[in-house]
Amino acid sequence: MTEPLVDAVDLVVDFPVGAPGEYLRAVDGLSFTLEPGRALALVGESGSGKSTVAAALLGLHRGTGARLGGTVRVGGTDVGSADAGELRRLRGGVAAMVFQDPLSSLDPYHAIGDQIAEVYRIHTTATRRAARARAVEVLDRVGIPDAARRARSRPHEFSGGMRQRALIAMALACEPRLLIADEPTTALDVTVQAQILDLLHGLREERGLGLLLVTHDVGVAAGSVDDLLVMRGGAAVERGPVDRVLSAPRAPYTRELLAAVPRLDGPRTPRPRPATDADEPVVEAFRLRREFGRGKRRVLAVGGPDRAEGVSLAVRRGETLGIVGESGSGKSTLGRMLVGLLEPGSGRIHHEGRETAGIAPGAQMVFQDPVSSLNPRRSVGESIADPLRAAGQRDEAAIRARVEELLTRVGLEPGHYDRYPHEFSGGQRQRVGIARALAPQPSLIVCDEPVSALDVTTQAQVTALLAELQRELGIALVFIAHDLAVVRQVSDRVAVMRGGLIVEEGPVDEVYDRPAHPYTRRLLDAVPALDPGLAARRRSARQEAFA
Amino acid sequence: MTGFVLRRLGAALLVLLALSAVVYALFYLAPGDPARLACGERCNPQQIAQVREQLGLNDSVPTQYLRFLQGVLAGRDYSGGAGLVLHCDAPCLGFSYQNDRQVTELLLERLPATFSLALGALVIWLVIGVGTGLLSAVRRGGLTERLLTVVTLAATGTPVFILGLLLLMAVCAYLRWLPFPTYVPFGDDPEQWAWNLLLPWVTLGFFESAKYARLTRSSTLETLAEDHIRTFRAYGVGERALVTRHAVRGAVAPVIALSAVDFGTMIGGAVLTESLFGIPGLGKTLIDGVRVVDLPVVVGVVLTIGTAVVIAGAVADLLYAVADRRVALA
Repeated sequence: MTEPLVDAVDLVVDFPVGAPGEYLRAVDGLSFTLEPGRALALVGESGSGKSTVAAALLGLHRGTGARLGGTVRVGGTDVGSADAGELRRLRGGVAAMVFQDPLSSLDPYHAIGDQIAEVYRIHTTATRRAARARAVEVLDRVGIPDAARRARSRPHEFSGGMRQRALIAMALACEPRLLIADEPTTALDVTVQAQILDLLHGLREERGLGLLLVTHDVGVAAGSVDDLLVMRGGAAVERGPVDRVLSAPRAPYTRELLAAVPRLDGPRTPRPRPATDADEPVVEAFRLRREFGRGKRRVLAVGGPDRAEGVSLAVRRGETLGIVGESGSGKSTLGRMLVGLLEPGSGRIHHEGRETAGIAPGAQMVFQDPVSSLNPRRSVGESIADPLRAAGQRDEAAIRARVEELLTRVGLEPGHYDRYPHEFSGGQRQRVGIARALAPQPSLIVCDEPVSALDVTTQAQVTALLAELQRELGIALVFIAHDLAVVRQVSDRVAVMRGGLIVEEGPVDEVYDRPAHPYTRRLLDAVPALDPGLAARRRSARQEAFA
Repeated sequence: MTGFVLRRLGAALLVLLALSAVVYALFYLAPGDPARLACGERCNPQQIAQVREQLGLNDSVPTQYLRFLQGVLAGRDYSGGAGLVLHCDAPCLGFSYQNDRQVTELLLERLPATFSLALGALVIWLVIGVGTGLLSAVRRGGLTERLLTVVTLAATGTPVFILGLLLLMAVCAYLRWLPFPTYVPFGDDPEQWAWNLLLPWVTLGFFESAKYARLTRSSTLETLAEDHIRTFRAYGVGERALVTRHAVRGAVAPVIALSAVDFGTMIGGAVLTESLFGIPGLGKTLIDGVRVVDLPVVVGVVLTIGTAVVIAGAVADLLYAVADRRVALA
């Protein structure tokens, strides 16, 4: 039997925290192997230690103060005891890493081709010219159009998807035997994500590469790997062939994780009685348009090329309108205009039948990033009290009572009033954000990607909370998200945005089951399926369509 | 890129215009009657009135300011009384009360010395400061870094006149390696120019380099912690190449920006060093002007310093944009 490509035995990684001698265990005795040419996914929620494992394979913890235990062998090299030279040969030459955030993972000051050439020259004796040629060759292989010219571009001149391709090209340059991809598609739109995953798949078939895929997204793993290793708290929960783990999970945690993943084909929680046209809309928008910048730099964010084209919509009491679209489609700009945070360029907005300008008193917003949307230097109680004070409430006792009531309402405790944001988990912080939005008793809440920064199990809890609040208080919700499955779970109607316009709108079942617009169909097809068989069928369909 | 350059230069011009207005206000905010100051101690009221008329001080403030601007841009004439006309070429900054000379002439005479001093100091602080900063960033935690930290802290904590005095005593009086410096213009004898400026350069450059060492160290460490450095580390790029090829570019940006401002201020501000080493520069001129309330000289020097800072800032921004092309897009 050949030697495994990766052989980890009782891997332990401890990170120093605070006081000297104090450590936090990130990886706790993990053992696994990866055979040459096979693909394994490490799946887990944030803090499960999956990225730490990936970094350990390349010895990247060296010199950071982390404490390692156990052994890791990659391509026959013992990473723990390798000297600096061996480690450098291993990095990029035997195992190459594709990093998560293509925005920050390339040097902004150098041309992309030069960066790839630099890496190539470290591992070969190639001349400068030959290395440049190699860079163009791999860029061409990963599908960068006009690679010879684009090799001279700097990272900021590439789109997110192209940057991710460039990072994959860099990984390919030295013909490694193992690709380690750490969340390679997390920052990308679904259609681009599908392209990148197809690319990785094709490269694996073509060159017999081993793949270690680190991801929080079970759907991404389902279509890309042979085996799945589910991690939690630094240890393995379950390992097995991907279709077996997904169809018949053995560990309770795996079952819990899979149940929380929003699916396009899963059963929908029944929604309360749909609003009828007889209800007066809580918010109504007429032909909204908005541009940013001036002169030559003017960019159209919402609206069409024709000056008369804008976005019109209406949301009624107790109803949820989902807005889906890829980055740059204008969905956040639209959401901000609906609550009056942004002045529309043209068009009108009615709240409860009356035309409004500026901040609408009855409309509130819940933001994406629960870390940065709360002031870290103020207690969460004070943050929630802000809108009350802004509305003119002066009675301190009444404010405190109301905030404590709101905290209870969103599933936190009244005693949390005096705590600070860093003391809460991501999901709890988002609950604080929701409590703050509820404080002035709004009739409309616009949620802009409220759960995209959260783990799936937390995601499910937060969406359930929103649905419950809506049922009790009859609030109208606008739910903006890039994740089509989440939107399907929570919405009554859905609007699909592209290039600043709504291309399709209708009841959720209709749009998802019988999409009328080709773009909607493309979006739906790009969503990773949890069924490996279906994922493979879709992949070949995409390849045929492309060929 | 061209658009960026034009926008940047346009902004610099606006700043200079605003600066000239603020500085010109000195005439009206400073205590004392400009006409009396210009005329001297022993003038009688008639003579003062005459001087006031000659200097145009009876006109409205905006008119006077416009005339001042006109003088700077195109030159102007002063009536010297009795049909005498004094012509002052552009850039005309007026007449010094005390020296009875054109301010522009006076400044042009003093500028080369100051410029020589600042330029040499700039080179020294960039070499020493950036060098030690990089070294201590790469060797962080080691003995080298701790030694460098002590030296830079000591340099920051030593006032420039103490440092200069110590150097003067050691090198010129005790060791007699160099004669006591006297300023020799570059045009007269470049070699003597350099030898005589060596001590002032070292004094000023060493004093400033401490700040740059700390700045370079922290910005290098910050850049080294960025994601793209991690990428190249994961591809086997050695630590030295990581610093020289990837970290330096990002780390020197704040150094360029601060150097430009420091260089600009030094054109008028290296007062201590100038007086310690007897360099006839702008700093000395400014101090003298302030002491005797020679307002045109003060206004002229301040405007020159301002111009130097603004130009240096614009140059820094342009350099910055060349180093990082994204800047030009913002």
